[in-house]
This record gives sequence, structure tokens and C-alpha cells, in this order.
Amino acid sequence: MTACAVRMRGIHKRFGAVHANRGVNLTVAAGSVHGIVGENGAGKSTLMSILYGFYQADEGSIEVDGREVRIRDSREAMAAGVGMVHQHFMLVDTMSALDNMLLGAEPTWRLHSARAELRRRLCALMEQTGLQVRLDVAVEDLPVGERQRLEILKALVRGAKVLILDEPTAVLTPDETTALFAALRGLRERGTTLLLITHKLKEIMSLCDRVTVMRAGEVVLEREIAQTNIDDLAQAMVGRRVATGRRAAATDDGPRGTAHRPMPAGGPHREDAAVGATEVTPGPLMKAEGLRWLDPLGVPRLDGVSLVLRPGEIVGVAGVSGNGQTELLDVLSGLKVPTEGRLSVDGEGFSPALWITPARARELRVAHVPEDRLHRALVLPFAAWESAVLGYQQQQRFGRWAWMRRSAMRAATAEMMDLYDVRPRNPDLRSSKFSGGNQQKLVLAREAQAGPRVMLVGQPTRGVDIGAIEFIHARLRAHRDAGGAVLVVSSELDEILAISDRVIVMNAGRVAGELPIEDCHEAALGRLMGGAVH
Amino acid sequence: MSTNASLPRWMDLLLLPLMNLALAMAVASAVVWAIGLEPGPVIGLLFKGAWGSASGISYTLYYTTTFVFTGLAVAVAFHAGLFNIGGEGQAAMGGLGTGLVALAALQWMPGLPATILVPAMVLGAMLFGAAWAAVPGALQAWRGSHVVITTIMFNFLAAALMGYLLVEVLKEPGTMDLQSRAFEPAARMPGVHECLLALGVDWPATPLNLTAVLAVLAIAAAWWLLWKSRSGYDLRASGHAPAAAQYAGIDPRRQVMLAMLVSGAFAGLVGVNEIAGVHQRLLPDFVAGAGFAGIAVSLIGRNHPLGITLASLLFGTLYQGGAELAFEVPGFSRDMVFTLQGLIVLFAGALSTVLVGPLARLHRRWSSGAAQGVWP
Repeated sequence: MTACAVRMRGIHKRFGAVHANRGVNLTVAAGSVHGIVGENGAGKSTLMSILYGFYQADEGSIEVDGREVRIRDSREAMAAGVGMVHQHFMLVDTMSALDNMLLGAEPTWRLHSARAELRRRLCALMEQTGLQVRLDVAVEDLPVGERQRLEILKALVRGAKVLILDEPTAVLTPDETTALFAALRGLRERGTTLLLITHKLKEIMSLCDRVTVMRAGEVVLEREIAQTNIDDLAQAMVGRRVATGRRAAATDDGPRGTAHRPMPAGGPHREDAAVGATEVTPGPLMKAEGLRWLDPLGVPRLDGVSLVLRPGEIVGVAGVSGNGQTELLDVLSGLKVPTEGRLSVDGEGFSPALWITPARARELRVAHVPEDRLHRALVLPFAAWESAVLGYQQQQRFGRWAWMRRSAMRAATAEMMDLYDVRPRNPDLRSSKFSGGNQQKLVLAREAQAGPRVMLVGQPTRGVDIGAIEFIHARLRAHRDAGGAVLVVSSELDEILAISDRVIVMNAGRVAGELPIEDCHEAALGRLMGGAVH
Repeated sequence: MSTNASLPRWMDLLLLPLMNLALAMAVASAVVWAIGLEPGPVIGLLFKGAWGSASGISYTLYYTTTFVFTGLAVAVAFHAGLFNIGGEGQAAMGGLGTGLVALAALQWMPGLPATILVPAMVLGAMLFGAAWAAVPGALQAWRGSHVVITTIMFNFLAAALMGYLLVEVLKEPGTMDLQSRAFEPAARMPGVHECLLALGVDWPATPLNLTAVLAVLAIAAAWWLLWKSRSGYDLRASGHAPAAAQYAGIDPRRQVMLAMLVSGAFAGLVGVNEIAGVHQRLLPDFVAGAGFAGIAVSLIGRNHPLGITLASLLFGTLYQGGAELAFEVPGFSRDMVFTLQGLIVLFAGALSTVLVGPLARLHRRWSSGAAQGVWP
């Protein structure tokens, strides 16, 4: 084997009770492209943050270029020849590209000549690598792909021999991705070592020489790319899971067609299959077609998403976070207006020109438990009884003319607290003083008590203590059993598998596939989450 | 509203402000001592000047009335997440509204009874104040222009407009003074001493007028709006957590407009206190910084109507007591009064959380000691 660019040995890192890295060993050959894949929370970002000096390992050693190094901050990482391109760019928007490169490396004196010198070196570097950036344009006016090239150049011009790329394609269009990969291959030929953190298996297969798969803080697989394939990687990434959602569902009703419906994963006939299925199942409570939403930079976060929610089912949305799940919930609940697409709720149709609003959604009995509990679902300085009517505060039962009926609000809150076992049972306590689990139970109680037909639930148990998780799941199942529909977005695959009747997998803003729960095998899910289909 | 979670309520709301006030007084005493005066008698005289005589009390309450209005003008906007620095201009416009009603009556409908004219002047003040706040509000709601910037600009615009009107349009013919004609006798908010006289109580004549009753009503109205009304819920939700308000289907633009309109109407009532209550003619600069003092009042009063009442009383005391001091004590100038006010704003407002840490530590030691039955 050729010389090692990076060797990390026995790396341990704990954050409180969370053991994020458990004795990780990683060896990266010089001049290679090494991929690191894993689900959310697998520990890959922690490992790279340790290499870049953002965190310190609790145990273990790091060698760069055969020399043992201690990296305590990004300056020392740079000195050791390690550079990093973050997923969210670290750039000053209002400064020019050139000044951004100078920032942090600027000399005390003679700024002007330093800038000229840097420009000369950059021009040479751009010539060699083919990474072109307009140096005199303000960063805010550069397209995303160019900003990323700027970040790469910034690392290279500071002497990085090892370059860490964190989810580099998450913000790019397909064309920009192709261009980036061409440039990265060029860098490899120049002898730069590249570490690629991603969850997209296709990218690993097309670009990397070697791959490390992490799960739950450990390395579970390390292979040459030539000796592996997407299925192996997917299985290693997701691990062996037990799907229990169906079993819980099977107790409440007979055959419903969903179990036998052919659902080819993301194939061209998916649409037809769904349409055909509506004939044998009750009419959908909510139906969305071709949803498309662009973020402020023009990157599509939702790209032609269609889904149907029928009475009496829980649909889980799986996927690595940041693949459009949040945006899907926001669009369906009326918080965001899509650029394209149609939505029908209970027979009422919506188009982007006149999209559903949060207030209209509630009137149509669509409840929403938002992902961002602390900023969206509650008003933290409000007393619990005030937060417990949020969204329903203008209803007749809570007001008389201009007055709030505070007593009615308090009584409703006390009832919710009893039914959902919210502790402490004190409607006058500030919303911020409840634990995460109790806050979530209060939000869930509020939304469920409003008598919805459709519940849109984001991260139902994030930051929730273990005791409350089962309770929350049971409540969602109860809603389903009462004939309602539930859409659950979760970054916890175990949760999706525990409560869903049907699973939609999202990748890069699209529905990568749709599976009934009994077909949710680890390999299939991993493939879809890694974007292996299409 | 900022509440210190680490302290029990009574400490946070009562002990802490008192300690901050004491700290301000201590530093003020040191300054007084440094210029060669005895701090004790000076501070004694300040309080005696404000509360020691019927006339002193009346003046104090007259100043307090103005600060209540400007303080509420900041607080209501604050609960909607807006920093209204335009109290000064909104108050000036309130005076213009009051004055225009009175001057129009004088011109076209002389002889209107006070029972019609005075309420019309109050409405005029509130409308003009609200309208002057509505423009920055609308710019914020629909165009995203920050109210901090636009309300400051509108203070200057208000001053310029008042100057122009008093020089070119409303100036009293035949005088050099920058003032309008005097209003009719009926166009006047009755003084408190007159009302007391009607009840058979002898009270010295002071500028204190029935606008003070409006101030009490305004405090109650602000409290009702913020915490008892359905609109107040939406307003506070949108101020505390914009994302949650959007989720709850609350239109943020409506809340911005509501908050600015109410704030402007409160500030406009300063015009009633000064123009209809005291001067009976339109003047430039009658607000004299009270709008800016309202920011400090609201800050010290923790943006709560009750706190604002207390803070206004404090500022009224300082204004009246300070004027008395400047009059009585040689070498104690008006500037010293401003120094005192500045120190109080500094300690009770800007540095109000400095003592939170030490107090919380003390409280923790106390309560844990009490729990173990050991007194520290």
C-alpha cells in the first residue's frame, strides 16, 4: 500500500451520555479519494471534526503524513495540511471572493501587496486545477457552485494536502455536481488526498477509491470500491432493523389492499400504481402532486413530490435529514408556498397561486406538529395554557368578543395535561420550563384534541425522554385506528419502522421510493436513502 | 419581556429594581459629594421638592402623566417585537392633532361647548399620533424597513413639519413668537385644582390636569389589550416567536400595524397633556425629550403597565425634585439633574441584570441551606 496521508487510531469521543465515536480506526492512502458514509448520527461528522480540530478526541491518536500531530483548532489543522469544506459555507457574503481568501490569513502590514501576491498564486492555482472563481465578485453574487469552488481553493491555497468535503453535493444542482466531481478527480491527480463525507452511495461508487461505512459511532465496513457494491454499502449503513409497524396495524382491521399493492420502488409506474390503488381503498384525505419548492438560492428542495394520505394509515417519511422532509411538511401545512404542484384536502383543491394557509389547514382539520418545537410549536415565554391554544386561540370556545376566555383556555389545558400525562400539571407554568418530552406531549395534545383528520408530525420524539416515546407512538396509532391519517417525518429510522404502515423514502427533494412496511428491508431502505435509484 | 428565570418572582420584580435604584442613588451620592455638596440633604431636598407640598405633588404627577404615555408607546410596540423610538415625533403630532381641532373650532365653529370640543381634541391627538406611527409600521410590515430607523427619521420629519406649520401656516399674526393663536377658553382640559375647587377642596393652581385620568385609563387599557384581549394574544405571540405566530396562522403585518397604531395613539396623548392641558396654543418643541425618556421608562418598568406606572412616578419625581434642587441649591445646576437621571437609567435600565447573578447565587445558598435546616 502507498503512503498514508491520514491515520486515525482508536478515536473515542463522548458528548455527555452519547458515545459518538467508539474506537474508530481510519487509514487514508495519500492521493486517494476516501469516502465516509453513514446515517445521521453515525459519527462521521464528529470524526472529521476531530481531524479538523473542531473537537478534541477523548482518546486516540492522529497521524498526518506519517507524523503524529495534535490538532486543537483549525489553525493547527491548516498547519498540518488538513483543510475542510463545510456543508454550510464559511464565507462573508458582502466581501469579494479574493478578500474572503485573505480573511484569517491576512498579514498585519502591507495588505495591498499581500492581496496582489495572493491573486498571483490563485491565478496559477486556478490554472492548474481548473477550479475557476471570479475573484472580484462579492460572494453574495456568486452561484452556489462557485462559492464551493472558492472554499476548495481557500483550503488549497493555504497548503491543504488533505481536503475534507462535508456533504459537498447537498447544495448543488446535478450539473454543478458533475463539474465538481471532474474537478475533484483533477485534484486527486495532482496528489491531493480527499475525504468525502456523504450519504449518497452513488457518489461514493463513482468517485471514491476506498470507502468506510460508519454506524452508531463505529466503523462497520471498510473496502476498496472495486470490491463492493451499493447493496453491501446500504446494508452496512442501515444495519439490521426489525419492522414492527405492520404488526401493530394488523390488529385493528382486515386486508386493506395496501399490503398486496405492488409498489415498485420509485419506478416510472409508481404514479399509476397509486392511482389504481385508490379504487380499492377509501378516498384519500390528502393528496399532493408534483410539489416543487426552491430555496432562496434557487436550489430545488422539493422536486416533484407526490403523495396520498388515506384514512387509517400512518405514512412514514424516511431519509437522511436535509433531503426535503422539512420542506414537505412546511408545504403541506401551508407554512411554505410551493412554486409548482397541486394539493387537495377533503375535496378542496389548492394551487401555488392560492395555497393552503396554516389557518385554512386547521379549518380543514389538518393538524401539524412541527419539527421545530421550541420556535414554532410553542411560544416559550408564554404560560402553558397560552401555548396550549396556539393556533386555535381565535376559536369561539376560547373567546367572547374581544376578550380571551382565559378560564376556558386553562380548563382545556388542564384536560390536555390529564389526558397526555404532562408533568408538572400546572397550566400556569411557563412553556420553557417543561422538559422536551412534556412540551411535545402538550403540543401533541393540542393538535390531537382539535379533532383532526390528518396529522402532519415532524420528528415526534426528537429530544424526548424514553418514557414519553412509547406514549407518543401509542397516541399516533390511536389516531390512525380512529380513522385518521398520519404523516410522520423522522430522522430516526427505528421510529419510522416502529409506527408506519407505509414508508416513503426521500432523497434530494424527491420521493426515491415507496414501500409497504413489510417490504422495508435494510438493503432496500439503505439503497433508497442513499439515492441509488433513478 | 425579559424575566430572569433564575430568581423567584418577588425577587425579580421587587427586590432587584429596588437594589438597582439603591445602587444608582449610591453612585449619584458620590457624584454629589465630589462636587462638594452633602449628598444626604441634596437627596432629601429632591424628594421633598417632589412630594413635600401640594404644589410639588401636582407637578410631579403632571410630569408622570406625560411619561406614562411615552412609556406605554414603547412598551406596546415592544411586545410585538418592535422598538418604537418615535415617541417624540408621535407626541408632537398628537399636539398638532389637538391643536388643529381647537384652531379649526376657533376659525369655523366658535362657541362649541367644552363637552364636545375636549373629547374631539383628545381624539385628534390619538388619531394624529397613530397616523404618524402607522407609516413606519406599514413600511415595516410590507417593505421590511426597520422601525428603529424609520421612527427616528419620523421624529425629525415631525419636528420639521411642526416648524414649517408654525412659521408658514398657523403662526399667530402680529407676533415674533413661534406659536399659534390662543385657543378658545372652552378648548382646554380642565385643571385638577379647578375640579377640586368645585368639590370644595382648596388646591394650588398647577399644570396638573384631567389628562392624568386619561393616563390611568391608558394604563388599564394597555394591560387589558396585552393580557386580556384576543388581539393581545396574537400581538404577543408574534412578538415573542414569529415562527410560532406564522404556524398559528397569525398575520404578522396585522400585528405590526396594531402595535404601532396603539403605540402612536398613546404617545399622541402627550399632546393633550401639554397643549390642551397647559399651553392652550400650539407650540414647537413642547415634547422636550419626553418621547425619548419613554424608552427609559419602559425599560425600567420592564414593559409592563404597572412597572411603567412606577417608573413614570420615579421620573416625575426626578423632574420635579430636580427642578426644585436647581432652584434651591447654589451650584446644583440642571445638568446635575440630568446626571442623576442618567445614572438611574444606567443602573436600573441598561445594567439591570448585573445583580442577577450574585442574587441568584445568594438565593440558591439560602434555599439549599434552608432545605437542610442549616442557616448559612
